Amino acid sequence: MTVGNVVHVEVSGLTMAYDGRVVQRDLDFTIGRGDIFVIMGGSGCGKSTLLRHLVGLQQPTAGDIRYNGASFLQGSPEQRASLLRRFGVMYQQGALWSSMTLAENVALALEQYTTLSPAEIRELASLKLALVGLAGFEDYYPSEISGGMQKRAGLARAMALDPEILFFDEPSAGLDPISSRRLDELILELRESLGATIVIVTHELPSIFSIGTNGIFMDAERKTIIARGNPSRLLAECEDPKVREFLTRGQHR
Amino acid sequence: MSAADCLLEMETAHDGALILRLRGDWTVERALPASEPLRLAIAGAHGVRFDGSAIEAWDSLLIVFLRRVAALAHSHGMNVDTSGLPRGAQRLLALSSAVPEQPGAPREDGQQTALARLGASVISGMEGLHVLLTFIGEMVLAVGRLAQGQARFRRADFLLILQQCSAQALPIVSLISFLVGMILAYVGAVQLKQFGAQIFVANLVGLGMAREMGAMMTAIIMAGRTGAAFAAQLGTMTVGEEIDALRTSGFSPMDFLVLPRMLALVLMVPLLCLYADLLGILGGAVVAITSFDISFSQYHDQTIAALELRQFGLGLLKAAVFGVLVAIAGCLRGMQCGRSAAAVGDAATSAVVTGIVWIIVADALLTILYDVLGW
Repeated sequence: MTVGNVVHVEVSGLTMAYDGRVVQRDLDFTIGRGDIFVIMGGSGCGKSTLLRHLVGLQQPTAGDIRYNGASFLQGSPEQRASLLRRFGVMYQQGALWSSMTLAENVALALEQYTTLSPAEIRELASLKLALVGLAGFEDYYPSEISGGMQKRAGLARAMALDPEILFFDEPSAGLDPISSRRLDELILELRESLGATIVIVTHELPSIFSIGTNGIFMDAERKTIIARGNPSRLLAECEDPKVREFLTRGQHR
Repeated sequence: MSAADCLLEMETAHDGALILRLRGDWTVERALPASEPLRLAIAGAHGVRFDGSAIEAWDSLLIVFLRRVAALAHSHGMNVDTSGLPRGAQRLLALSSAVPEQPGAPREDGQQTALARLGASVISGMEGLHVLLTFIGEMVLAVGRLAQGQARFRRADFLLILQQCSAQALPIVSLISFLVGMILAYVGAVQLKQFGAQIFVANLVGLGMAREMGAMMTAIIMAGRTGAAFAAQLGTMTVGEEIDALRTSGFSPMDFLVLPRMLALVLMVPLLCLYADLLGILGGAVVAITSFDISFSQYHDQTIAALELRQFGLGLLKAAVFGVLVAIAGCLRGMQCGRSAAAVGDAATSAVVTGIVWIIVADALLTILYDVLGW
């Protein structure tokens, strides 16, 4: 799979603020099709806020976000809806709907957006759950499974409509190292086989280096991007002390 | 692209294997081919191969189809050769049939006999009673510590709770008690007028508010307002492990959280009740003066004559008891709240229902007790 050749997402001049307090200003970056794009930075620098802007949960104070060249912010509600249909979002705690079983969680979007028969929807939901290692858990409720399984079920739901682009908010938070690595492998596998673009907010260093193909590093004090590029290359080449400190867990300034 | 629905051709190779040729669009907007011919074809074959070179687009729907084929083939003891398929599809198929780390145990069936359900509800009722008694016991111990000056809670918390369940409740208590006074006056005056005795409406409203309605209406308002708020606050703290954090830091949640809430209600519900009594009598006076030709001074004198201070005291005693009950209901439901966000809502609802039931039952018992004692 070629990485970064075709631009998938284009962010220009994005400024984000909460109640008039600027979190990050003038963010410019592009995400290539098939990239695994890592949004890095210390706690509180606005990583999750940026993700919320990318998926349209929050409105920026300035700037634009384009998907496949079409503006996400200025488009008509129909254009927005059709873009949203091609998004998959995995939330930090899974965010599964607690009153539905895992299969129903996955099936809801399929029932809404496709004309498949209930049996086929059920099969598709089972397939998605099997892909994240949850075969046989179709009729469980979210409260009956562990936190790590809830996250994977959240991923199954995010993949329900075979999205072009998958967003992950802290996928490894709260997972043990083995589960965390399995999730990384799963993300890699999904990108390989579905050809999806992946955007991840994380500060899990092992996964940043093992799966990230491109990324940005944001800083809370300077309120903008202070480094960008392939994480491994950043580790080798970036001169900025903050980035170095982060990528080496504070061992080299 | 206007490819037709998932096109499938079947042919048998000379080694007896079934070759499935897939063409066109295999995406979720399309419909899958019928499975009956496939079942028959696979039953008579010696192996299954694919030719996916003419697939124009595919997504998860293709994988669903492949899983069906694989399941059919396996049931006939055959393996499928997926090498003719797009590489991504091969990988997804392999991933989806990988053995999960923890196979899902079959869920137990929800069907139970009526007797089993009855037994279960009796057991859960007994457990609820046990929890309640434990809670009351712990609270009595906490009150004991308070009396000895050993209970620890923050003054600022207490003052905030005090404000929430007194001054902030005034507007709604004013409205409700004024209207209840008016209602009592109307109901009574219409009957009394038939005997020309409408002046006694002052006795009715005065006694009714002071002994009964003032305390009960205030308590019900507080159950809906403050009891629910207590349950929600403590429930949220349970969900966020704040109560566990208090315990491990050596604080008793009983002292730290429950005691200030109970104290606040025990002090404030009688005060609010007194206020409600007065406003209720005022409401009755407004009705008597405007609709039943009673002058203000007549109503005033009649009320003074009918009411002794004792009557107010009896109402305030009830109010204090109701305050304790509302506090127990709110705090108990909050402390036994489950660990999910949905449980907080359940706790708040349950606190209100429990509180109101306890208030009415206690009111009936106290009224009978007052009667027996001749108060």
